[in-house]
Amino acid sequence: MTALLEVDGISKSFSGLRALENVSFRVPEGSIIGLIGPNGAGKTTCFNVIAGVSRADAGEVRLAGARIDGWRPDQVCRAGIGRTFQLVKPFAGLSVMENVLVGALNACSSVRAAKARAGDIIEQLGLAEKRGAVAAALTLPERKRLEVARALATGPRLLMLDEVMAGLRPTETDHMVALFRTLNANLGLTILLIEHVMRAVMALSSGLIVLNHGQVIAAGPPAEVTGDPAVLECYLGEEAL
Amino acid sequence: MIPLLTDGVPRRGLKLLAAFSVALLAAPLVASDYLLTVLILVLYFAYVGQAWNIMMGFAGQLSLGHALYVGLGAYAAAALYVHFGVGPWLGLWVAMASAAAAGATIGFLAFRFGVGGVYFAILTIAFAEFARIGFDHWSWLGGSAGLFLPVANYGGNDILTLRGSPTMFYYVMLAMTASAFVLCHVLLRSRIGYYWLAIRESADAAQALGIDIFRCKMVAVVVSAAMTSLGGVLFAFYYNNLFPEQVFHISRSIELILGPIIGGIGTLVGPIVGAFLLTTLAETLSEIMRAVGIDLPGIKQVFYGFCLLGVVMFLPDGVWPPLGRWLGLGREEGDRGSGEGKR
Repeated sequence: MTALLEVDGISKSFSGLRALENVSFRVPEGSIIGLIGPNGAGKTTCFNVIAGVSRADAGEVRLAGARIDGWRPDQVCRAGIGRTFQLVKPFAGLSVMENVLVGALNACSSVRAAKARAGDIIEQLGLAEKRGAVAAALTLPERKRLEVARALATGPRLLMLDEVMAGLRPTETDHMVALFRTLNANLGLTILLIEHVMRAVMALSSGLIVLNHGQVIAAGPPAEVTGDPAVLECYLGEEAL
Repeated sequence: MIPLLTDGVPRRGLKLLAAFSVALLAAPLVASDYLLTVLILVLYFAYVGQAWNIMMGFAGQLSLGHALYVGLGAYAAAALYVHFGVGPWLGLWVAMASAAAAGATIGFLAFRFGVGGVYFAILTIAFAEFARIGFDHWSWLGGSAGLFLPVANYGGNDILTLRGSPTMFYYVMLAMTASAFVLCHVLLRSRIGYYWLAIRESADAAQALGIDIFRCKMVAVVVSAAMTSLGGVLFAFYYNNLFPEQVFHISRSIELILGPIIGGIGTLVGPIVGAFLLTTLAETLSEIMRAVGIDLPGIKQVFYGFCLLGVVMFLPDGVWPPLGRWLGLGREEGDRGSGEGKR
């Protein structure tokens, strides 16, 4: 499988604090890769560097072979990467429909087409009943789904999900997992997800990358990685044995 | 074209709008001269308030220096007329270009270098003040002594040079206000409109969805500035005199934004409702004061202050959102800023 996303030796410091150190990994086209690790390991920083929110001090990011490091977030989005925020950022005063529509405009040439696309995606995410409600009135799980819907509406080749299952009930988690599986299978959507809910990570991922203290300490198939003593020690804990 | 304008607007709203339009069109037939001048003022504030609302209400960029654009428009058109005999219909293009250029300069400085929020507002005040002081010393434009447009007794109304009776100005102002309303309505349903609302709500999220926020904010400033300058052109030809101390003064910028704030920021109808409420009430108050023989300079400003206080305390979304619901219009498209979950 060819790599859709290649992260090559990125480092990032915040005034002396080394958040990422020489991080490299590949996300093959059509795969679902989980990015896991303890809090403060640098997962979100890594997302922000890929999405163009922060600029890496060193290293390269390539999407389908083309360098995208140093690009602005909107350019990265137009290049084909959709992302969600860990701390959800809905357009609070706009309706669910309008929220998703804004994302869909990235993929559509007219407002009319974007409205149709947004409607479909709202349906897929199970938000149809809420399409007229303002985002500020949604519950947290609904906001998480809205966050996914908006990112998905931009028509990405790679979808980056930052803890979208956190705070969801198990049935809701299963619903999300099923949705991502479908998107992956039907549209060939590549997904990179940061997730603490191991139940979801294990159900979805074809590969795992483990970050700790800003470094990749393990990468490979889920079964292999979760059995790695270093991973168990720093993240999953002894009981996972 | 028609569906574009009416889609999603409640039928009741269309009916009310039609009734309101007829009333406005017929007003000069019944209104006294005095009432007509008040209505011209109302329409003027509704128009510039609508223009300001594009920047603040739609794109979320607070400008406290919109008098700059009014002044640039007024001076550009007036100077062309006074010095070169160029009529306002040509002058307005120069007016719009000057204001758009000024807006683009301020926008570029602010958005390129990440100046936002309060600091952006201060920057807009600063530029209006530069203009006030600069024009005060620009003798070609009359300096502090003012610039005067020739006034002659015309037999009739000359729409080409905007010389004529208040009734003519009333209809020109009405046409401008109506056009601004329609333009804003169309903008709000267009790509750029949705982008502006997204930026207003969360710039980070908007950018992550592929929106070039610098470009969109620039468009908002330029469109708003150019629209505002047209108000200035009419201002110049209606009052026939321009003084930098008055035109560019910060109190003018504040006056201009009170309408949309009181009517409802980010709504289409708010600037119009606000302008009607404020101007008519303030004029009524002045009249009453005059009638009982009390001369209190600045009473209008005090009244504006109390109105603002009242709205901030009791109607934080402005008068229109609750009024619109009361009229049974629900949450209309332009009424986005006032979702139930907000505040």
